[in-house]
Amino acid sequence: MTWETVMGLEVHVELATKSKIFCSCTTEFGGAPNTHVCPVCSGLPGVLPTLNKSVVEFAVKTGLATNCEITRYNKFDRKNYFYPDLPKAYQVSQLYLPICRNGHVDIEVNGIKKSIGIHEIHMEEDAGKLVHDPWEDSTLVDYNRCGVPLLEIVSEPDFRSGDEVIAYLEKLREILIYLGVSDCKMQEGSMRADVNLSVRPEGQKEFGTRTEMKNINSFKAISRAIVYESKRQIEQIEMGKRIIQETRRWDENKDATYAMRSKENAQDYRYFPEPDLLPIEISEEWIDRAKREMPETAEAKRVRYVSELGLTDYDARVLTSEHDLAILFEETAEICKQSKEVCNLITGELMRLIAEARTSADKISVDPEKTAKIIELTVSGKINRNAEKEVFEALFKDNIDPEAYIKEKGLMMLNDDSLVSDTIDEVLKSNPKSVEDYKGGKQKAFGFLVGQTMRALKGKANPQTVNKILKEKLEKL
Amino acid sequence: MIIDDKLIDYLEELSRLRLTEEEKEKEKTDLSKIISYVDKLGELDTENREAMSHPFDYTNNFRTDEAKPSFDRELILQNAPKKKDGCFQVPKTVE
Repeated sequence: MTWETVMGLEVHVELATKSKIFCSCTTEFGGAPNTHVCPVCSGLPGVLPTLNKSVVEFAVKTGLATNCEITRYNKFDRKNYFYPDLPKAYQVSQLYLPICRNGHVDIEVNGIKKSIGIHEIHMEEDAGKLVHDPWEDSTLVDYNRCGVPLLEIVSEPDFRSGDEVIAYLEKLREILIYLGVSDCKMQEGSMRADVNLSVRPEGQKEFGTRTEMKNINSFKAISRAIVYESKRQIEQIEMGKRIIQETRRWDENKDATYAMRSKENAQDYRYFPEPDLLPIEISEEWIDRAKREMPETAEAKRVRYVSELGLTDYDARVLTSEHDLAILFEETAEICKQSKEVCNLITGELMRLIAEARTSADKISVDPEKTAKIIELTVSGKINRNAEKEVFEALFKDNIDPEAYIKEKGLMMLNDDSLVSDTIDEVLKSNPKSVEDYKGGKQKAFGFLVGQTMRALKGKANPQTVNKILKEKLEKL
Repeated sequence: MIIDDKLIDYLEELSRLRLTEEEKEKEKTDLSKIISYVDKLGELDTENREAMSHPFDYTNNFRTDEAKPSFDRELILQNAPKKKDGCFQVPKTVE
């Protein structure tokens, strides 16, 4: 029998706000345990939460970018559960009136376009971190992440393959990063995905019983977890067993999923409206303003780079593959007005340096002004292409000042025609055979003489100048 | 609504509390009283009335996104029954 895998995704992203959702504690990643905590986010009695306006603004922008309807009248609800990662014993979330609904994100897998439905997006608060203490067999609780604003983006069960899931996550990541809504770093937990998965015989209309895999923290792990879990379910069914609806945990080391204890599975959140927070009304004006303030998407940038700047489709894709690259490109090109040159430097040298340093574009910092300076120096003929690469590498590694570096390393091209002329005289004198060959019609000899001159000048002369002067001199001989 | 042993056991599990037999009996009586008190509201005719989300006619109470210093960790941890390495220490809950 042929089986079809059906999946839906719940993606949590931590928002790039400066402060938490209901208090002024910082959202900065890391920090010593419990140093980004106050009475509000540690759930002390008698405190009142106040909603961070940026959270709503980010949610509206995300909804618009994923083609959602924006809910005009919003409320928060309490999701009750007793677990030490939540000091209040409830999470403030949105159940009844989520801020965004009925959207879609378009993906492409192997040339086939597909639209993935967004069921809803809601605002909520993150929980704290639990660490097992093996010495005393207890659990240590750090509330630094507690109260960091989250968006939960719930898709429709529209995925049929792991590739579609990955394409969707990559697209979502791109949208959110370009919006400035989240940095989407899976390794730091600012983007996390739960996968709901079921299998059914191909052609069957009804969905099978689903399991949920929680908090898988890399694209690679997600692909592997999907392969494992759909195989496990098919095997169970083929053995005549039933699939139990449960939450399963992905074990990275064992390459397998396993069921969490049934107690942890007890899902009875007893939602009720959050009385401590007032409703939110999103006006038409608010939405219009958000639309006007929407930053350019990666897709719009790609189109513009090709149509307005004359770049190739491939280059436009490389430049927009990471938001930081696109920003570096635009800022540098803005200063030096040499789009093609900037593009070549980024897609060539910079990509090579990033790969060589085994890092990624979001972790590097290259100064656009200095990059523009290097390009200006190259284009005006003050340094040659090799020197351009050398200076740029030094900028990438040590953030040097391009002009000072060129002076120090003596990379400046010669502008002194008399020195070129004198050197050519020397070369002609010491290579009489080649001069004769050239006179006898051997073009190759000319190249040799150019080479000798360049070598004598340590490659710092402008090749065109050398060509010109050499030709004049040879004709006079 | 009937508060029986089964429901008490279920609530015990959800709230991660462990009650003695005596406490369970007491909870049964108390919860029954609370529920029947609140049930009184069910007598009202709410047909054709929109659910009210909040008693105040006020919306959009926002805070500007500004980070301010958090509390001193010692203050945050001062009421914790147990603490270790700057963390709250609780019975084992992670596997």
